[in-house]
Amino acid sequence: MLRLGSDQNRAEDIAQDVFAQVWRKAVQFDPAKAAASTWIFTIARNLRIDTFRKENRPELDPNDPALVPDPPVRADVVVEQTQSAQRIRLALAELPDEQKQVVHMSFFEDKTHAEISAALEIPLGTVKSRIRLAFGRIRTELDDERRELNQ
Amino acid sequence: MSIIHHPGDDFLVAYAAGDLAQAWSLLIATHIALCTACRSRTGDAEAIGGVFLSDEDPVEMSAGALDATLRRAMAMENDPAPPPVVLSGGTVPVLPEPLRGCAGADIDGLRWRPLGRNAEHIPLVSGQDGTVARLLRIPAGKPVPEHGHNGLELTMVLSGSFAANEMHFARGDVETADAEIEHQPLAAPGDDCICLAVTDAPLRFRGLFARLVQPLIGI
Repeated sequence: MLRLGSDQNRAEDIAQDVFAQVWRKAVQFDPAKAAASTWIFTIARNLRIDTFRKENRPELDPNDPALVPDPPVRADVVVEQTQSAQRIRLALAELPDEQKQVVHMSFFEDKTHAEISAALEIPLGTVKSRIRLAFGRIRTELDDERRELNQ
Repeated sequence: MSIIHHPGDDFLVAYAAGDLAQAWSLLIATHIALCTACRSRTGDAEAIGGVFLSDEDPVEMSAGALDATLRRAMAMENDPAPPPVVLSGGTVPVLPEPLRGCAGADIDGLRWRPLGRNAEHIPLVSGQDGTVARLLRIPAGKPVPEHGHNGLELTMVLSGSFAANEMHFARGDVETADAEIEHQPLAAPGDDCICLAVTDAPLRFRGLFARLVQPLIGI
């Protein structure tokens, strides 16, 4: 988060807002749906968009009658979220550096794919394909985990 | 009725990372309201952000930061909750959130503008980078004027269906068209086709009439 700020004071200002919101919204946190770090990441991300872009992030409304509900999850197959985080960490570590780099720029430098393409002087299509490849490998790890839990 | 055509993972990851312009985000958020598979993938992508976050080196905050944080949290306590959206008589809206809120009403309460050939549109979001999100209404059985792209276009069906390049697109489906694709989406007979279309560059219409009116309607 601090890396995204224009200066230290501004960054700390946002960090305080993030922690204040985490405290305020803690009752909404559902550990069966996401790891705490993921949930905090989404709060930080949305605040960053509100603050730097002065716009609201479009998000689905879980109470919307038009929302198609998630398929029911078997009660005995609740994914251990900390275990998923470990899987992601391992998958990230094994990615080729060029893929790791674009994923990191995308998540932690607030760069659009066009901006990453300009910064690295590579075609936009290459940025997108590296992101897709990296995400594919990480999802393979997560799917393996779900499959194991389902057996 | 399941969704067959999905946006690319590059869009879902960019949405999760918070890197998409608002017009693209509106389409992705509306798609994942209808598509549980892409909702799950977006959750996986957010988990990558969570891992990056928890693996960051801690940064020292200034003295008094904790006090200031708690004061902010207490101040938020008094924020009014957003008013609930009132819907008439338990019907399922055609436009899911966040699209419905962005359009200001569900499908029956919208004010359409003429687009030519009896098609209509409503511009919703225009970004500084040239991205535009708009609702399109294509009359049943009619084509959208044939057009190519200077950039990328995603079109998501909300009601009715259309055919393009020998593929069929129904509610929730997303068509991806880039600069190489000349396509002429054709609404299926029966019902008008209502779509959310997002472009990152002005469309190139091929007909002379369409080219003449293009600057006027600002599509």
